[in-house]
Amino acid sequence: MSGADILFYMLAAMILGSGILSVTTRHIFRAAIFLLFSLIGVAGMYFWMQYEFIAAVQIVVYVGGITVLIIFSIFLTQQAGEKLPEQKMGRQLFAALAAFCGFAFIMLQILRHSFIGTTKTTAEPSVVNIGNQMLGVEQGGYALPFEVVSILLLAALIGCIVIAVRNKTQTT
Amino acid sequence: MMQPGLYHILFISAALFFIGVFGFFTRRNLITMLMSVELILNSVNLNFIAFNKYLWADKLDGLFFTIFVIAIAAAEAAIAIAIIINLSRNFQSIDVEKTDEMKF
Repeated sequence: MSGADILFYMLAAMILGSGILSVTTRHIFRAAIFLLFSLIGVAGMYFWMQYEFIAAVQIVVYVGGITVLIIFSIFLTQQAGEKLPEQKMGRQLFAALAAFCGFAFIMLQILRHSFIGTTKTTAEPSVVNIGNQMLGVEQGGYALPFEVVSILLLAALIGCIVIAVRNKTQTT
Repeated sequence: MMQPGLYHILFISAALFFIGVFGFFTRRNLITMLMSVELILNSVNLNFIAFNKYLWADKLDGLFFTIFVIAIAAAEAAIAIAIIINLSRNFQSIDVEKTDEMKF
């Protein structure tokens, strides 16, 4: 067993362990921190697969952006340190059963299917190749989705301001 | 223990997806439900990258889908948190059982 394999299993344990703790802990702040570790584990998995650009994007957007946003909204809306109310046992049992059945079904389908990979030469996932294809307008270029996503981000920005702004006349 | 490959990564991403589904079913707090959605989106991204690396290494399309999913997830999280802050202002609670009125 080489060092890369050991690293893979450590990353897998980190992702799944902190994922499970994130959805089961009853302290909401701890749930956010465990989510942070799970996302860092996913970024490490991208590094392990040598997709460095995606790993950097994952760290910048998820770990640096979304998790901080979630922690701020916890401080704005909750009494931090207070435990979440206990869930009904029946609901938890049903959810665990449904999740396990779905997982078993998906894994059976994956293990019965044999994937056939391509044998063509590999395209290097370097920043130069990504940038050329991202802004390319010829066959296989992603210029149009790029523009659509930028419009979507602008709309989300304006929508956030409109939704979250405090209405002066309505406040008591 | 075998050499880690495509099937191992598919196992991890399927497990992460159903951990997120479990959290979405059991949680009754909007912020923790949003965290579960983030876990689900991450498992999908992991799947895209694994398929790109191990099956279609001559293209970069899985990588672009991952970039777009990350961008849309960021927009979705921002909108969801704006809605959550507005809800907590109007209802003093972000529990889904208590916010049952569709009135702005």
